[in-house]
Amino acid sequence: MNSTLLVNILRFILLLALQIIVLNNMTFLGFIMPLPYILFIILYPVNSNKSALLVSSFFLGLIMDMFSNSGGIHATACIMLAFYRPYLFKFAFGVSYEYQTIKLNDSLTPERFSFILLAVVIHHFTLFILEAFQVTFILDILIRTLLSTLFTIISCIIIIYLIKPNKR
Amino acid sequence: MQQIFNFLFKNSNRLLFLLLLSVSLLLTIQSHSYHKSRIISSANFLTGGVYEKINNITEYLNLKTENDALALENARLKSLLFNAKDTTAIKKPENLKGVYPEDIIVSKVIHNNYNTLENFLTLNSGSNDGVKTDMGVINSLGIVGIVDKTSANYSTVVSILNTKSQINAKIKKSNHFGSLTWNGKSTGFVQLIDVPRLASVRKGDTIVTGGQSVIFPENINIGTIDKIYIDNVTNYYTLNIKLFNDMTNLGHVYIIKSKDRDEVNNLEKTSKKDE
Repeated sequence: MNSTLLVNILRFILLLALQIIVLNNMTFLGFIMPLPYILFIILYPVNSNKSALLVSSFFLGLIMDMFSNSGGIHATACIMLAFYRPYLFKFAFGVSYEYQTIKLNDSLTPERFSFILLAVVIHHFTLFILEAFQVTFILDILIRTLLSTLFTIISCIIIIYLIKPNKR
Repeated sequence: MQQIFNFLFKNSNRLLFLLLLSVSLLLTIQSHSYHKSRIISSANFLTGGVYEKINNITEYLNLKTENDALALENARLKSLLFNAKDTTAIKKPENLKGVYPEDIIVSKVIHNNYNTLENFLTLNSGSNDGVKTDMGVINSLGIVGIVDKTSANYSTVVSILNTKSQINAKIKKSNHFGSLTWNGKSTGFVQLIDVPRLASVRKGDTIVTGGQSVIFPENINIGTIDKIYIDNVTNYYTLNIKLFNDMTNLGHVYIIKSKDRDEVNNLEKTSKKDE
């Protein structure tokens, strides 16, 4: 077994467990919930198999849906993020991103931050649109996207720094 | 044919994305339609098992509130139980000299306190039953205390195990009397202080209530002499008395109305005024 595969499987399980056991019970002001489980998609190796990423993020979202009884909204948002991830890389790191070795779980540079920000916004916006499922709630959707994005990014950065191997 | 395969291979990711997107959108739309049950729900073995484990932990964390709720429930049930009428009536004691049966109120200890220095009991009869302050409380074995405060249906009793209580008592065979107090040490023993040195006391002698008090009738059992020693300050006897009663285990008690009490009290008041 390849160690990258193993790391990703572990990440999949641990992030889901963290999200379901701890963070799903943590809501600020009743509706803002940090969703750092999408770190799995964000931290997925850049040049690995893209169809594997799509399938695994579909199941990641589906399991979240199972636990939160939300139909397929997490699954949709996750595959949206997984599909648009290469474009986000291109936007954040330049056209030749595939030839660089991008390691996201390293110190936070503006490129990395903008990538994470865009990824979280795409995911959350899809998620909340599908959750409300009505155009009349557009203001509500925007507010929730904004606030939840804030909390998700903070929790993502905290988690990245916590699991970062210390190289000193 | 070749071109179709080429197209499929070239766009495999896109096609996979579209397939998965349509599946998940279908699930989303299906979940938003009110009448259909959800396909993906938390009612399966995986989510059920995980939620059960989580619930086990949160249940443990909520034990305190759960306990509080149970304690409240217990208190409510106990209040129902204790307020129920007894099915077996308690007979009034017949061996009390000088007390008419109609002057005795049968009551029950509903709260008994014996681990502080000033202990009180609570009885389930109050002024509605004719209980008044300063009535004596006894049971079949001996004295229990003196009524302190009364409400409509309840009354509190200064237990003899209260360092503030002082009850007149005497040695049964010689009529030498002293004050019954408690030193706060043992629930089985009280102290009879200020017994004159003239009195002939012996270990095992019975102590009863004295006739000087209007609270208790004379000759109600208290206990037996357990130890005799002389107080260094007053030079009187101090007797350690082993109670007949087990004060930690009280059930039904009798409250004694004294008809003479008001008369005696008034008389004493007027004679004090005259001095």
